[in-house]
Amino acid sequence: MNKKVLWTLFGMLLFVVLIASGCSSDEAGSEDTGDDTAEASDDTESGEDGEKTLVFGRGADSVQLDPSQITDGESIYVTNQLYDTLVRYKEDSTEVRPSLATEWETSEDGLVWTFQLRDDVKFHDGSDFTAEDVVFNFERWATSADFIYYGYMFGATEDNLKGIIEKVEATGDYEVKFTLSEPNAPFLYTLAMPPFGIASPDAVEEYGDDYFKNPVGTGPFVFEEWVKDDSITVVKNDDYFDEPAKVDKVIFRTIPDNGARFMELQSGSIDVMNGLNPQDIEQAESDENLQIIRRPSMNVSYMAMNTDQEGPMGNKEVRQAINLAIDKEKLLTLFEGVGKAAKNPMPPSLWGYNDEIEDYGYDIEEAKKLLAEAGYADGFKVTLYSMANPRPYLPQPKVTAQAIQEMLAEVNIEVEIVENDWDTHLAATENGEHDMAFLGWTGDNGDPDNFLYVLLDKDNAKMGSAGNVAFYKSDEVHDLLKAAQTEMDQEKRSELYMEAQEIIHEDAPWFPIAHTTPPLAASKDVVDYLPHPTGSEPFNFLDISR
Amino acid sequence: MLKYILRRLVMLIPVLLGVSILTFSLIHLIPGDPARSMLGEKSTESQLEQLREELGLNDPYVVQYGRFVGKILQGDLGESVKSQEEISIEIASRLPATVELTVFAMILAMVVGILAGVIAAVKQYSWFDNLSMSGALFGVSLPIFWLGLMMIWLFSVKLNILPASGRISNDIELHTITNFYLLDSLLTGNWAAFKDVFSHLLMPGIALGTIPMAIIARMTRSSMLEVMKQDYIRTASAKGLARHLIVFQHALKNAFLPVLTVIGLQFGLLLGGAVLTETIFSWPGIGRYVYLAVMGRDYPVVQSSILIIAVIFVLVNLITDVLYKYFDPRISYD
Repeated sequence: MNKKVLWTLFGMLLFVVLIASGCSSDEAGSEDTGDDTAEASDDTESGEDGEKTLVFGRGADSVQLDPSQITDGESIYVTNQLYDTLVRYKEDSTEVRPSLATEWETSEDGLVWTFQLRDDVKFHDGSDFTAEDVVFNFERWATSADFIYYGYMFGATEDNLKGIIEKVEATGDYEVKFTLSEPNAPFLYTLAMPPFGIASPDAVEEYGDDYFKNPVGTGPFVFEEWVKDDSITVVKNDDYFDEPAKVDKVIFRTIPDNGARFMELQSGSIDVMNGLNPQDIEQAESDENLQIIRRPSMNVSYMAMNTDQEGPMGNKEVRQAINLAIDKEKLLTLFEGVGKAAKNPMPPSLWGYNDEIEDYGYDIEEAKKLLAEAGYADGFKVTLYSMANPRPYLPQPKVTAQAIQEMLAEVNIEVEIVENDWDTHLAATENGEHDMAFLGWTGDNGDPDNFLYVLLDKDNAKMGSAGNVAFYKSDEVHDLLKAAQTEMDQEKRSELYMEAQEIIHEDAPWFPIAHTTPPLAASKDVVDYLPHPTGSEPFNFLDISR
Repeated sequence: MLKYILRRLVMLIPVLLGVSILTFSLIHLIPGDPARSMLGEKSTESQLEQLREELGLNDPYVVQYGRFVGKILQGDLGESVKSQEEISIEIASRLPATVELTVFAMILAMVVGILAGVIAAVKQYSWFDNLSMSGALFGVSLPIFWLGLMMIWLFSVKLNILPASGRISNDIELHTITNFYLLDSLLTGNWAAFKDVFSHLLMPGIALGTIPMAIIARMTRSSMLEVMKQDYIRTASAKGLARHLIVFQHALKNAFLPVLTVIGLQFGLLLGGAVLTETIFSWPGIGRYVYLAVMGRDYPVVQSSILIIAVIFVLVNLITDVLYKYFDPRISYD
């Protein structure tokens, strides 16, 4: 009996060895002649019937495919292909252009917005797109706090789930009217955000809780398959009303390791990737088959100084001195080629950016002079709160904090670094526990309001839930930003924001650090990839030249 | 024997209770807020509060733990905070991926490791012995990350003979029955898929199998050396028994017990420890699933999956113990 078991075991082992060796030699054999795997991947790209497939490699899977319920970039990458918004961002800026809506007008007081809709749009499930569908979607988003971006952008609270949108009505088959409770100039830009993609009401009702796995929109691609943690496949929408897609299929593949993903790109099994290791950028640039695509930045990293205190941080000269005493160019070397120096609280890709402003520059002597004038020639002690983990806008928080510590020691400012994990860091800074703190911001709707008002208006300097962690409370800035919210003319708004940036520069509540441009790497065969500042883009413009 | 197995299965209960308490306390000790992790920084305080309320995070720990155990007892693993999917469904697709990879890696490790160990022992101090044992030393100290990336670079980028990652190519159709792709392709007689799945398994299998392979080889060698010195082996030689019979039947069988222990332990370790391999080779398995859940503070996922892994670990150990009896009849469990 025992002998039998032993022999069976060895028999099995032997069998497996044979199969293994047999298969692998078979494999090697076919490789020599036919290059099997390479052929397979070629198939996926240009198949026998000339079908074009784009394979996009990324580090994480999507969380859900209902854009109204998520905030992660990897979900939005995919939903951008499936849904359309009423208006959309232009391909190369955050200005808006028509999409599902062809034209729109605002009432004099800025409270009523009327949109004319296209009458030739069909959802992927075949149903017609009408004004009622827009109403359905907005009413759905106003039913629960699960619709994160709706609540966040339109100021919904537990008691008022609708936020500033009082009413949405269909005033015709293809006309929809929004009534707001207060004028909101960024409203139009907010509507262009991917979370407000219009979903098919039929599908939402049919799938219920499982809708996020069965997305149905009007976009350039139709959802086909989702293999969790592995891949998501979308195919071309032949009836798309806007620019039709040039590729027939897009596969989003999850390849967690940055290095492995880059090697997949080199071996040709994927066509585009995000999340490139900084050290791989050079290699990609020197590879004749690859190209680097740099996304215009829509973020900012900064060191906020807690202005709402007695003592040094409350003193404007001191804050200016700190701006002068830090060598920004040197800090930027820590960004390994993906960072550009920031001088304003918003990135240059946004309209309304004030390029006239000159940054403080690095000048130790001037810094010392200012400190002496403020009565701090002998220096003082401050805390610098830093997050432990890298953020997209600040790849090496710890080393950056240490560099600033060293530089400020030159002007007798003794910096104590307090490092916390991200959640704790957020809570601590919102509570104003810091003297100085690192933080950053990635824009939502491409409107300057989304940077300046959120991060530097006194309305948002509330202890405990502050977006303005400098606790900067300038009435002048507040008046300008408020005026810009109610002004509907973009040019006039732009002027107001430019002025606000000048005051902010002078008051120096921040030491602005950098805007990062996370690079994508792609095969040279991929043409017309138009990286959008918002972080992802629909793939109907790009093509594969094979 | 049956009684012994039953007793061991009953013993599972305190083990699982311990594991669940430990997991529960550890995950709650890590700083972080699941509500914030899930909703991201673009969330309002009232949204966060509502989610915390929904998830029951405001309740005392004892209540939260009690609720978790209560659900488990009803066979309900709960729902992922992040994806809002039933955890049992998520595990059902990922566990087979990991088990397939682990079994493959272990078979590879056993075949190569045992053979190398036996030959090295029989031909002690020969070139093969020196080569394989220094190879084993090398193998046990190799970082999986490095080995994995090097293999991808060599076989996928430079030679282009093996797929770099994933379980199956996008253009291969496979009707899944068990979610063990190799088995499914055999069951459906889909040879193209079998070949594709096999080629996808090779590199991660080798990467994962290297360390156990090295350990098994060294253990087999030392154990064989000891047995080969025994009197009964000399007697068998003196009797004029064929060399292969002496080595494989008389010696290896007796030398196998410590090797079996190592195999059992390594198998358990691999199940939970495949995170690195799964990351490099984009293998959609359970290791990465738990890792991501820990990073995202997805408490229910972490608690339930670790419990499942613990059950498997214990069962593998039980199987090892039962197998002992076949290799050494003197062992009695009654």
